[in-house]
Amino acid sequence: MAINPKTLPKPTPETQHFWDGARAGKLLLQQCDNCQHIYFPPRPFCPECASRSVSITQASGRGRLYSYVINHRPPHWIAGHYSIAVVELDEGPRMMSNIVEVAQTPEALILDMPLDVVFDAVTDDITLVKFRPANPTSRSTSGDGP
Amino acid sequence: MKSKSIAIVGAAETTELGKIPNMSQIQLHADAALNAMADCGLGPKDIDGIACAAEWPTDLAHYLGITPSWVDGTMVGGCSFMIHLRHAAAAINEGLCTTVLITHGESGRSWVGSKAMGNNPASLGGQFEIPYGCMGPPTMFTVPMLRYMKDLGLTHEQLANVAVVQREWASKNPRATHQDPITIEDVFASKMIAYPFHILECCLVTDGGGALILTTAERAKDFPSKPVYVLGTGESVETPMISQMKDFTSSSAFKVSGKKAFTEAGISHADVDHLMIYDAFAHLPIYGLEDLGFVGRGEAGAFIWEGNTAPGGKLPMNTNGGGLSYMHSGMYGMYALQESVRQMRGIAPAQVADAKISVCHGVGGMFGASSTIIMTNEK
Repeated sequence: MAINPKTLPKPTPETQHFWDGARAGKLLLQQCDNCQHIYFPPRPFCPECASRSVSITQASGRGRLYSYVINHRPPHWIAGHYSIAVVELDEGPRMMSNIVEVAQTPEALILDMPLDVVFDAVTDDITLVKFRPANPTSRSTSGDGP
Repeated sequence: MKSKSIAIVGAAETTELGKIPNMSQIQLHADAALNAMADCGLGPKDIDGIACAAEWPTDLAHYLGITPSWVDGTMVGGCSFMIHLRHAAAAINEGLCTTVLITHGESGRSWVGSKAMGNNPASLGGQFEIPYGCMGPPTMFTVPMLRYMKDLGLTHEQLANVAVVQREWASKNPRATHQDPITIEDVFASKMIAYPFHILECCLVTDGGGALILTTAERAKDFPSKPVYVLGTGESVETPMISQMKDFTSSSAFKVSGKKAFTEAGISHADVDHLMIYDAFAHLPIYGLEDLGFVGRGEAGAFIWEGNTAPGGKLPMNTNGGGLSYMHSGMYGMYALQESVRQMRGIAPAQVADAKISVCHGVGGMFGASSTIIMTNEK
């Protein structure tokens, strides 16, 4: 999916690690050293207990389709209808994303379907975190079926 | 705030609603303000408090010739005016001012003299939502709905029915943008905007404005129109990011604001004669009915389906036709307040007989903010 330069994310000092991670093919979350809360989006303190002692942690990249809409009025730089989805990560936090490598239809996009992270390098600096339906064989022992 | 200590003594919308290409946004504020001042026989020199959103209160005070001793520019989206009302009531009671003007004006359709609220690519939303192709409220406000439908069993028919019932109310209102009755089939046949939402389940895009004038309940009897007393108020915010809403089936801001307003008013749900729930999209009255406690969790779709909120129902809701059929300039909260005032004055086009208590509930910035105002016409 093409991106308009005006909608490119502009990292800040508090979020730079996330974007560096995405460029390196890692989905990075943060975890509080005090209360162990795992959270997203990034900030240098825990939104549960306000501790400034937090660590960066790499997510498994697994999640499930939590909710979505299919935009039927795409802007001129995007071809065709596309999903705007919220993914619930196995670690707990939810994030907005697109579901790719699957038909953008209600029949193909089933709530709670398992998803795997993919990394979409839209520019040299920015890699967007997206998701695709999980490979059925990769989840054979995880127990979280469709 | 102290229940019934404050009254709404002036209330008016812009002279026209809909398509107003010959007026800039600040003039829409002024047109509504002049109408509200005329409604209660006051002039700009009588106003000592001013609140507005989308325009700076500074710009509006200068434009109208008002010298305020109290100013509020709270801007949290479409329910900002309800929050202004709540803040104004507290300010008047505290003696910070005596007579407050709250204005809204928006050239949402003609886009004359409007300020673009552009994307900030360094904000959290700008970094973690907008890059995924979010194109404003139709593709963001709507995102939680499929989760709600799966978890609580709401059907597409029940969602479409919200628009059908509101059109029933609009058909009784000569000022409503759309007045012709529609069916569920009409909703399904209308253009898909963002699945599962069709265009008839999305608000209108129009021009217009509205204004309110508040003062103490003691002074209210000196004005020509029937006073409308503020019985209870609430406000809250949750998150500007729809993806970070804690519960996709319920709004924290709705619950906090509603509970506060009902507690302050000292009323039960059975006491409510008339209800406005800001309907930028068809799912909002469903969330509102449940989060305000009028029905149990997952019951709102069936409650509307059974006709309870329709003309003749036991809980008349969105009696002007709502944002779906009456008008929606972008920040609809002011029009919901105006309809509650009309109902309490007994002058609404679709008047609810003997209505004594009206609950007016708003939302702002997707599910980001909320405010609830409860009014009565009984001292």
